[in-house]
Amino acid sequence: MKPIADLLAEHPFFEGVGAEELTALAGIGTDVRFAPGEVIFREGDAADRFFVLRSGRVGLEIHAVGRPPHLLTTLSSGDVLGASWLFPPHQWQFEAIALDETSAVALDAAELRRHLDADPALGYLLVQRFAGLLVKRLQAARFRLLDVYGDV
Amino acid sequence: MSEPRPTSTASAMPVADPMVPTPYEVVGRRQEGVDTVTLTLAPTGSALPTARPGQFFMLWAPGVGEVPISLGGTGSDGTIEETIRVVGAVSRALVGTAVGGTIGVRGPFGTAWDLEAASGRHVLFVAGGVGLVPLRPSIAEAVARADEFLGIGVVVGARTPADLLFGDLLADWGRSGVQVVTTVDRGDRAWHGHIGVVTEVLDLVDLDPAATTALVCGPEVMMRFTAQALEGLGVELSDVQLSLERNMKCAVGHCGHCQLGGGFVCLDGPVVSADRAAPLLRVRER
Ligand SMILES: Cc1cc2nc3c(=O)[nH]c(=O)nc-3n(C[C@H](O)[C@H](O)[C@H](O)COP(=O)(O)OP(=O)(O)OC[C@H]3O[C@@H](n4cnc5c(N)ncnc54)[C@H](O)[C@@H]3O)c2cc1C
Ligand code: FES
Repeated sequence: MKPIADLLAEHPFFEGVGAEELTALAGIGTDVRFAPGEVIFREGDAADRFFVLRSGRVGLEIHAVGRPPHLLTTLSSGDVLGASWLFPPHQWQFEAIALDETSAVALDAAELRRHLDADPALGYLLVQRFAGLLVKRLQAARFRLLDVYGDV
Repeated sequence: MSEPRPTSTASAMPVADPMVPTPYEVVGRRQEGVDTVTLTLAPTGSALPTARPGQFFMLWAPGVGEVPISLGGTGSDGTIEETIRVVGAVSRALVGTAVGGTIGVRGPFGTAWDLEAASGRHVLFVAGGVGLVPLRPSIAEAVARADEFLGIGVVVGARTPADLLFGDLLADWGRSGVQVVTTVDRGDRAWHGHIGVVTEVLDLVDLDPAATTALVCGPEVMMRFTAQALEGLGVELSDVQLSLERNMKCAVGHCGHCQLGGGFVCLDGPVVSADRAAPLLRVRER
């Protein structure tokens, strides 16, 4: 099995992060795997991990009483999973479910926040990258609202 | 939509006049998605010139009207395939033509995809909805000449899994080494592709952006976002080809119906490079 630092180094989210920082982050990471159908986290639970997806497919779902679960989006290799770990109240807002055999590195959220606070240069780089992803997802959500293939 | 000049008899049809429809018989009819049908058309007399992928025909439903429809495929026996989504009166009449019925065809018109520009490079096809129709013959050609390319990617977006066109073909292409990525706006756990818009899954195709030629077809908003996303990944806009959609009437540069910027989409398009089209895509249709 590859060392966690190598798994992180291969992931686009950590591109440009130095070897020393990666080793430090690897210390708070675990190699995790999920079977198809396995729930990764549930809405309302403590958002205590940040997932760096390596392979597979994860669905983000929202549940409402009396309705089937609504699959909002899918994430796959090269993506990161979870935004709620960064912002109070640190609670998941959606349910994440593995749709295929999925592998990821799970970073401990509290430790990760401590690392980012302690190393502002790394903190800035990763939060900036994270913000870029959130903007990309927001734009994609807006694009989807246009329902471009819909009824003309 | 205007009616073309009706013609008297099939045999007396002068094929040289681009304004006069040539009668084609519907010899095959296949339901594709929820509201989309592929018609196989065979000339009843002399055939029109062979169209190149990306070009379009004007299809005339007698008594109803005429609309532009891209070449969907060419048979070795001179037949053409046209895949039509029902959106209004003319498309409904065309799709409703039974096997044995007649449709008037003019063309082929417009510019074609430049697949040669992708020779020795990665070629990426990005389709949204019915936009897969004009790309289909070009993808088939690329697959047949696969060794000429560094790699082939096909990214397809649709509204729901049921709206996804040519599922069997996509699977065939996947089996022959094409990287196929499908994504829908709405799906459930039973769906095996992605959920999201095409721009979110472009980076799942393994390619070298600097050596990539992209052929993109779909609703204009989708093409605009896709061109931006490709540029963000490092693909040159001059290496991105788009197929513009404007309402058309004459298709030969006379009526001005399809005017866009300083040109006419029926003559200068529909296929244009994204660096030329980017400012035009922001121009509203008059
Ligand atoms: C070059 C070119 C190639 C095309 N190729 C194909 C093809 O292969 N298959 C296919 O199904 N369609 C294709 N189209 C679109 C097709 O021409 C239109 O769907 C058709 O003209 C609609 O005519 P209608 O009378 O059925 O509907 P209309 O009554 O004219 O329109 C019904 C509704 O659809 C909207 N609409 C009309 N045309 C378009 C359009 N082009 N794009 C988006 N909305 C539109 C109208 O605003 C209206 O709301 C192509 C268009 C162009 C310009
Ligand atoms: S459709 Fe008449 S000028 Fe283009």
